[in-house]
Amino acid sequence: MNISWYIALSAVLFSIGAGGLVARRSPLVMLLCLELMLNGANLSLVAFARMHGDGGGQIFALVVMVVAACEVVVGLGLIVALYRNRLPIDIDELDHLKDPQKADSAL
Amino acid sequence: MVLQGILFFIAAAGAIGGAVAVVLLRNPFFSVLALVCHLFALAVLFLLLYAQFIAAAQLIVYAGAVMVLYVFVVSYVGGADEPIDEGGGAPRALAPIFAGALLVVLALALAGSALTLLDTNGAKLPDNGNAYGTPEQIGELLLTKYLLPFEVASFLLTVAAVCAVVLARRRRGLEELTDDSPLLGEGLGKR
Repeated sequence: MNISWYIALSAVLFSIGAGGLVARRSPLVMLLCLELMLNGANLSLVAFARMHGDGGGQIFALVVMVVAACEVVVGLGLIVALYRNRLPIDIDELDHLKDPQKADSAL
Repeated sequence: MVLQGILFFIAAAGAIGGAVAVVLLRNPFFSVLALVCHLFALAVLFLLLYAQFIAAAQLIVYAGAVMVLYVFVVSYVGGADEPIDEGGGAPRALAPIFAGALLVVLALALAGSALTLLDTNGAKLPDNGNAYGTPEQIGELLLTKYLLPFEVASFLLTVAAVCAVVLARRRRGLEELTDDSPLLGEGLGKR
């Protein structure tokens, strides 16, 4: 297969992820959309590694996977903390930084 | 070569279908399941690119561990159905246009690329024992040429694990953070 097919596919996946990130309101689904974007980038990294026949791109993809795992752990920890503090799991409602009164009542 | 093409298009359809399903399904639980399908399709694509180790790591780390974490949190928080088209304002309605515009920009970048190797099937791979993309090659690269990124990645994982424990412990607000006792020990003690 031509390498450009893989790059085009990764562009499509990245765009779908970016659109979903803007379109959805639940932080959980937004994290899933972030995963989509990271995976799209990963696919292009592995395709470029194949293009040059060099393993460096694959190491890069592995590091991206580690960063994605860290992002998931911290993001899900934040969601669990939101749930414990009885805050809404909805990014439209989570504007406490903009509204100091709301922040005081949340604490 | 024909078989590779057929497999590529099947896996590509699976990956795009999974990605669209993640965005469009209303229940977060089904979104997670769609992402698992997407990750399996991506692992097939990685195998087609001769990245055996990455494909295996993708299946074990992503489709295994990370997705289990997602399913746990979705069932803990209670994934309520979310209306997709209601609420929000102009930014949310513009999401498909934003995604389309991003795709156009990326397609232009690809079409205008000066990388002549893009139109090939990739570099010729060596036939000797140290084959391309095997665990042997990745391990050797990780412990020689890319030792520093490897160590930084492991440090990042440690930081993230500690961070998750601090974030998800049982407390209300930030009042415990102002105590004079050590942060982590106190947090663990109150669990």
